[in-house]
Amino acid sequence: MSLVLDDRSRSLLDGASGMAMQLAMRLVVKAAGIMGAERLRPVSFAHLDACFYTGQAHVDFIRYLLDNGASLAVPTWTNNGVVSLADATLRPSTEDPQTVSGAAELMRLYARLGCSPTWTCAPYQHAGGPKFGDHIAVGESNAVSYYNSVVGARTNKYGDYLDVACALTGLAPDAGLHRDENRKATLHVDCTALPEAWRATDVFAHLIGHHTGRLSGRRVPVISGLPPSTGKDALKAISSAVASSGGVELWHGAGVTPEAPDLASVFIGTEVHRVTPEDLAHAHRDLSTAQDGPLDAVALGTPHFSLSEFGMLVSLLDGRKIRRGLPFLVSTSRVVRALAAEKGWIAALEKSGVEIPVDVCTYYSPRVRGLTGRIMTNAAKWAYYAPGMLNVEVAFGSLKECVESAVRGEVWRDPDLWTSQ
Amino acid sequence: MIRSTVLNAAAAEGPVLALEEPLSFWGAFDPQTGIILDVHHPQRGACLKGTILLMRETRGSGSAPGAIAEAIRLGTAPAAIILSLADINLAIGADVAETLYGRACAILSVTPDELATLMRAARLRITAEGEITVETV
Repeated sequence: MSLVLDDRSRSLLDGASGMAMQLAMRLVVKAAGIMGAERLRPVSFAHLDACFYTGQAHVDFIRYLLDNGASLAVPTWTNNGVVSLADATLRPSTEDPQTVSGAAELMRLYARLGCSPTWTCAPYQHAGGPKFGDHIAVGESNAVSYYNSVVGARTNKYGDYLDVACALTGLAPDAGLHRDENRKATLHVDCTALPEAWRATDVFAHLIGHHTGRLSGRRVPVISGLPPSTGKDALKAISSAVASSGGVELWHGAGVTPEAPDLASVFIGTEVHRVTPEDLAHAHRDLSTAQDGPLDAVALGTPHFSLSEFGMLVSLLDGRKIRRGLPFLVSTSRVVRALAAEKGWIAALEKSGVEIPVDVCTYYSPRVRGLTGRIMTNAAKWAYYAPGMLNVEVAFGSLKECVESAVRGEVWRDPDLWTSQ
Repeated sequence: MIRSTVLNAAAAEGPVLALEEPLSFWGAFDPQTGIILDVHHPQRGACLKGTILLMRETRGSGSAPGAIAEAIRLGTAPAAIILSLADINLAIGADVAETLYGRACAILSVTPDELATLMRAARLRITAEGEITVETV
């Protein structure tokens, strides 16, 4: 078994289109070799993670590409950056100036390469992206999970540099999740025994995603018992949670996601986990490192807040003010913020004391503001990573619990919500 | 002599550092110093600089290529990394760093049995073709 290249690929590899394209082709071929691919396949879209600054090497890489004739083969969108190009006040000028200036330069260089500057970890919330059956190249873990599972596009998790190499060549190794035989589920997570009312709550999506990720590791799971009405925000929550607590790049929801019209059509394994109320309670405890008590901040938008989530937030807040001095951060993309602004929601939220940063990851603003103490979130992914990344304690709750807690200034638990039992 | 699968080619020699647990290069390792940071790793505090690093596998992160490339740029990286489970991220990061900075880091894979044998050695020598020999001191 060995990799067969067509004339264009060989020509790029030989350097006929310059050193940048030669490097890109060499990286794709190298990855294909390690994955055991017999050929490369065209991709029609890319979403890059390499624009997220992790050091000078990232800047040197894109500079090398731009200086040596790189050009994108496919429409390419960008993940969020380490800083916001839209709001300079989010950038601390004193703290770690090397990272701040490096991160901003990195983002400008990817824009110069010709990327659409979406700066979002939830690109699937923007119009004009990939469709069912499209082969694509994506790096951000929650986007990989959502595109594969909810959209039915096909990608592996392409790490930094390889994501760019796929975008430049328009090619990816024909291996892993690009191929039918690797897209079936080998693990069944059965929620059908749980009360229907529980499964319809917003926290359920986060908790079942967290639990499923833990059970799955890197396998493909299928979840049965999701309500047929499960919406995009819940599907986003599951996609990001399974990719945080586990290494899941594709999951199926029987009767809900496009490749799983029913359980039998995707499940090829024998391992079944029947989810119990205790499992969900355990997931809830897992995601809440803080005891209930006075609240120091709220962080929403992991992954980036959607338009419909803004609508729910406005309606739950209903014109009330966040408790004075309590930071309430909602991260989103420029595109979604602009749509929410058109509806008057951004003005209303800001009047209530909500801050809505764009371009950046939800971990960044709390870090810049030096937030510590007890922080509340409605996102399993944020709750999973924040205690390690930000030195904070997390209280996980529903969107309603986050809002009511922020108004009161202390963690409020919804007596009607089953997780409080 | 053990013939490895070459993921990124380079000649190297150095002292063996055998890791008991997989290491994530992103987050669990500091490219500025070459030291393992992860409080959960049994060899926290060990310095990887210039070693022939042996471990079963590396923990996956899409940011690992940048971390290994940054370590190679700063001269804090291992001279070579030998795994028993091939890893794309380290191979890609090492290839990019060599292109940008002209500094090489060999990335190789061997069978689990071969890895166990190599882990008992004190020093290893690696050729650009991926041949690994135990150096007698």
